[in-house]
Amino acid sequence: MCLAVPMKIVEINGNEGFVESSGLKRKANFSLLKNPKVGEYVLLHAGFAIERVKAKEAQKTLRMFESI
Amino acid sequence: MKYVDEFRNRRLIERVAGQIRGAVNPDCAYNIMEVCGTHTMSIFRFGLRDILPPNIRLISGPGCPVCVTPNEFIDKAMAIANMKNVIIMTFGDMIKVPGSRSSLEKEKAGGADVRIAYSSLDALELAKKHPDKEIVFLGIGFETTAPTVAQSLIIAKKTKLKNYSVLCGHKTMPEVMETLVKDGSIKVDAFMLPGHVSAIIGLKPYGFLSKIYKKRCVISGFEPLDMMQSILMIVRQRKPEIEVQYGRIIERDGNPLAQKCMNDIFEKFPSVWRGIGCVKDSGFKIKKSYGVFDAELKFRPRIERPKDNIRCFCGYILKGTKTPYDCPSFAGRCTPENPVGACMVSGEGTCAAYYKYGKDTVSSR
Repeated sequence: MCLAVPMKIVEINGNEGFVESSGLKRKANFSLLKNPKVGEYVLLHAGFAIERVKAKEAQKTLRMFESI
Repeated sequence: MKYVDEFRNRRLIERVAGQIRGAVNPDCAYNIMEVCGTHTMSIFRFGLRDILPPNIRLISGPGCPVCVTPNEFIDKAMAIANMKNVIIMTFGDMIKVPGSRSSLEKEKAGGADVRIAYSSLDALELAKKHPDKEIVFLGIGFETTAPTVAQSLIIAKKTKLKNYSVLCGHKTMPEVMETLVKDGSIKVDAFMLPGHVSAIIGLKPYGFLSKIYKKRCVISGFEPLDMMQSILMIVRQRKPEIEVQYGRIIERDGNPLAQKCMNDIFEKFPSVWRGIGCVKDSGFKIKKSYGVFDAELKFRPRIERPKDNIRCFCGYILKGTKTPYDCPSFAGRCTPENPVGACMVSGEGTCAAYYKYGKDTVSSR
């Protein structure tokens, strides 16, 4: 239930739009997010983008493990 | 980067497992509760228990929303489902969960109109399409889901939708965790906290766990590398504090827009948790200003006194005091096809995880 999936914003029309991941396109509501932009990755839960995915942080974590 | 596969990299996971083995004190036991059902499922799915040192014990917690929803809520949903002109919409797992005397699935077979929704927005769409029907959405879930349902009520009010309402069973995490810690019937040294709840509420509401109860806590993501890193962070934590592993998602203060949305629509309420009982301020009810969308007020469902199945150990399992293997019904009378208790139904339920991936768990019996 708390499952949320990182997906890329591909279209925004007002509070609604579409996100995509691995060729799967889904309708999404962006009303819980400030200033969403096309191209950003967001966490999609129950049809709503609930948070942004921070690319820099993700890369930092992976780099840290590569360097172990 | 897709933010999924990269965090399932076997080579990196094994590297972190090596780090954990090097960091643990062999004379020390580490009792770590993974609070969220999605964590439980991931731990089993990726076989993480098998690569951890034997003195790290993972205990499944109460973070499966379907599992902790009490029979009373399901009984009320069924009572409303059997009213004239009503369509119930719910997240999928809920439909199979047995209530006191039946389940939504059985009521559907008997003629009630019960449908599965992926989002509260699906229920709004249905309400627009069927102005002659009453659409009731079952609002269950923690702080991750509550803002999405709150937002559906804001949209319903704005668009003057009169045939949409929510039966509110939302629950909040920090309060129930305090109850578990105070209860003391299970020894927990550290918590792996649910990352998607903190995506909304941030870190602050958990502060008491480290400050008052001296528990080490790490807010964790859900991929195997996330969880392994969280365990490493817990093992390395010198003094109890709330750390964040899931930095690619979590802001320290959470998502203020989602918090505002929740606070505008819901107010804190004493909520009943399956197996745990009534916990002060651990649930949400719909505020009076949105009362016309409250299915409980709109339909006033009358139910018989709820009863629990004494042959089901879900209550103990949700508190972490017993494992599914201790339950006399597990894998015999109770299976995913014919569940006796909620923990066997949900895709995030502890019993469902043990049933599906049991071979990984034999060593932890």
